[in-house]
Amino acid sequence: MKKYPARKTLGVACLFAALVFVSFAGAASPGGTASPAAPSAHDDVGARRAFTAAYGVFLHPRCMNCHPSGDRPLQGDDSHPHAQNVQRGPLGDGKYGMKCGACHQKENIPGPHRPPGAIVWRLPPPKMPMIFQGKSPHELCEQLKDPARNGGRTLQQIIEHVSTDKLVGWGWDPGEGRTLPPLSREEFARGIKQWVEKGAACPE
Amino acid sequence: MLTLVVNGKRSSIDVDPDMPLLWVLREHLGLTGTKYGCGMAQCGACTVHLDGEAVRSCVTPVSRAAGKNVTTIEGLSADLSHPLQRAWTEIDVPQCGYCQSGQLMAAAVLLRENPHPSDADIDDGMAGNICRCGTYPRIRRAIHRAAALMAEGKSR
Repeated sequence: MKKYPARKTLGVACLFAALVFVSFAGAASPGGTASPAAPSAHDDVGARRAFTAAYGVFLHPRCMNCHPSGDRPLQGDDSHPHAQNVQRGPLGDGKYGMKCGACHQKENIPGPHRPPGAIVWRLPPPKMPMIFQGKSPHELCEQLKDPARNGGRTLQQIIEHVSTDKLVGWGWDPGEGRTLPPLSREEFARGIKQWVEKGAACPE
Repeated sequence: MLTLVVNGKRSSIDVDPDMPLLWVLREHLGLTGTKYGCGMAQCGACTVHLDGEAVRSCVTPVSRAAGKNVTTIEGLSADLSHPLQRAWTEIDVPQCGYCQSGQLMAAAVLLRENPHPSDADIDDGMAGNICRCGTYPRIRRAIHRAAALMAEGKSR
């Protein structure tokens, strides 16, 4: 997209990364039979280590800013509340004339402080808010394993999600002036896969 | 060549698909009621409707509008009879007026989805539309008035 003129340089760094997660429903219990999503080699220490490494991505502003503890998305590396009083809304896509799509397009708009964009741009809905903000590694890990709080995804779906979902991928292509998560996407996806394969134990 | 339906009228235009919708409205279709404020979705002056939803036309590529219904301030009603326009006139909301078309278009979405908004609802729906003259108290009053006019219209 070409660059068209702007007059102001107010800060808008709204972001997103809808990392939706694991359901252990249907996964094998420790020592259980193998399935595509089942642990291949149970290793609690290794699983905890893998999750702890990935945790820094979940809590990075590019991911966490749209997984807030309240009902407003966050912006910037200091994760301040989104300007313009933007709200989560009844479906997670904003409210009234302030829906996400009012400003966010299907791709990033060139230039600093301009609305970022992706093929889908939204918060989790209020009935399944999938909060990252303020969660300890243990709390976030347990949340990701709880079908009532993780979007109802299977273990295999979560691996696929972090590996291929375009909105997750936006976190590593966030547009001009926005910092990147501490791991590459490949490292992050590999870490989640290892966490699952080693039994998905949670940090204490 | 892109085909747009703006205020019910179909137009074919030959422009860069990345050109902001606002440019097309103002420069190619002559619809200058929609204003250019900040050019980066910060102020709301350029708000129009795309299939009924508010969008900031300064950052919306015209390609997004292809095949959809675009409504600008000129199309909110044919004769200034929209309850919001009547309320705006009655209360004499504008000062300089630059932001007001965007304010009206945002308010129209608010009232469609919430015909009886509270002050808090108005804050939720209107906080993205900035008024450099500070007409916010009159805007709020006019939205409540428009809601009443809508209710009266339905009860007749």
